[in-house]
Amino acid sequence: MEDRNLLTIEHMKKHFGDTSVLFDISLKVNKGEVVSVIGPSGSGKSTLLRCATLLEEMDDGSLIYSGRYAAKSEGDKSVYASKEDLRKIKRSFGLVFQNFNLFPHYSVIQNITDAPISVAGVGREEAVSKARQLLDMFGLSDKENAYPCELSGGQQQRVAIARALALEPEILFFDEPTSALDPLLTGEVLSVIRRLADEHMTMVIVTHEMEFAREVSDRILFIEKGYVVEEGTPEELFASDNPRVRDFIGSIRK
Amino acid sequence: MSTTFMQLLSGMVVSVEIFLLTLLFSLPLGLLVSFGRMSRNRILQGLVKVYIAIMRGTPLMLQLIVVYFAPFYIFGIPIAPEYRFIAVIIAFSINYAAYFAEIYRAGIESMPVGQYEAAAVLGYSKSQTFFKIIFPQVIKRILPPVTNETITLVKDTSLAFVIAVAEMFTIAKQISAKQASVTALMVAGLFYFVFNYVVAFIMEKFEKKLSYYR
Repeated sequence: MEDRNLLTIEHMKKHFGDTSVLFDISLKVNKGEVVSVIGPSGSGKSTLLRCATLLEEMDDGSLIYSGRYAAKSEGDKSVYASKEDLRKIKRSFGLVFQNFNLFPHYSVIQNITDAPISVAGVGREEAVSKARQLLDMFGLSDKENAYPCELSGGQQQRVAIARALALEPEILFFDEPTSALDPLLTGEVLSVIRRLADEHMTMVIVTHEMEFAREVSDRILFIEKGYVVEEGTPEELFASDNPRVRDFIGSIRK
Repeated sequence: MSTTFMQLLSGMVVSVEIFLLTLLFSLPLGLLVSFGRMSRNRILQGLVKVYIAIMRGTPLMLQLIVVYFAPFYIFGIPIAPEYRFIAVIIAFSINYAAYFAEIYRAGIESMPVGQYEAAAVLGYSKSQTFFKIIFPQVIKRILPPVTNETITLVKDTSLAFVIAVAEMFTIAKQISAKQASVTALMVAGLFYFVFNYVVAFIMEKFEKKLSYYR
């Protein structure tokens, strides 16, 4: 795989009121890499993802997508790029939410095609055929005209992944994509993500599924209390001497 | 007898006109007012709050009188006969816009933040997010309270009698007094009831139409 850098986060800091959530997070993701972010609840994993996807503004640090600055640290605070630049940068990533957040008034196919048509300016026919391809790939061909409320959680999440992929992002973020699902439905969503990993889709996955993270990730980031405690390959992390990491992995795997 | 009937019929037409024109103006106006009410601009938000408080806190009958006589008492403009009907439409529209604004606000504020976030990440602009994603769902949510207001409006049209607009109730009352009989008023009562039955029927159809999703 080429070593092109898609995402660089440097010294990201974020606090809400008096509570600091992220103290100093740095992360580099290259094209084709799958990076998992693990750590206990409240460790700042989701905030990291929300700042990286511009849903939340960080206080300090830099955020760089393919060499373009979305935000640059200048004198102890982040200065964000212009709205116009941010709009372009947003096109380079997608996000899959824990709660799917499908549009309930749109059918499955509308959910997937509407953003390409009305945001990216793709022609309707092209958008529809691309959406059908994705649905086919995810085993949802027969659900094209269903509405989200008629689908199981696992199916909804697969549609949400298809919706994000339809915009052809360079990098796809997942915010605990299976936390709202029971084990059976979790499996079908994980197999979709696994398939994307096989196709060398660049992904950053916040997850509690240790075995899954171990299996698909090129690197795993262990975060606790707003710091990166350890970073490494799955082998390195699962063999870590760090007691915090061992405790966490041990408690989750039981 | 037939002239009585014709008079009642013309009253019905005026009532229906008041009803339709009020909805036509107050529904969009209410949306604008709700934007002001939710504005981050404190001054605008404060002004809109005062406006809503006055509209909801004083009798519509009084508002009708004020709107009708204001041009004369404040500006000294003589009141033209055709202003009578216009005053009714103005007073009803600004009154109902205040109620509708609060209904819109409740609907908009009940939308889960995840819908906005999903739209933001997909690259929708603010206005696309509102008109494509948020507002269609808001309409579904607010249909029941809007039906309530609409039914109240049908009956409220009778308040126009206070500035002697020849709508259903005004005419029925005149006929009833002249004939020393309550028949005309009964006919008026039946009219309002049937009118509302139709309104409720139509609104139920709308709700059914939007029940394809949850």
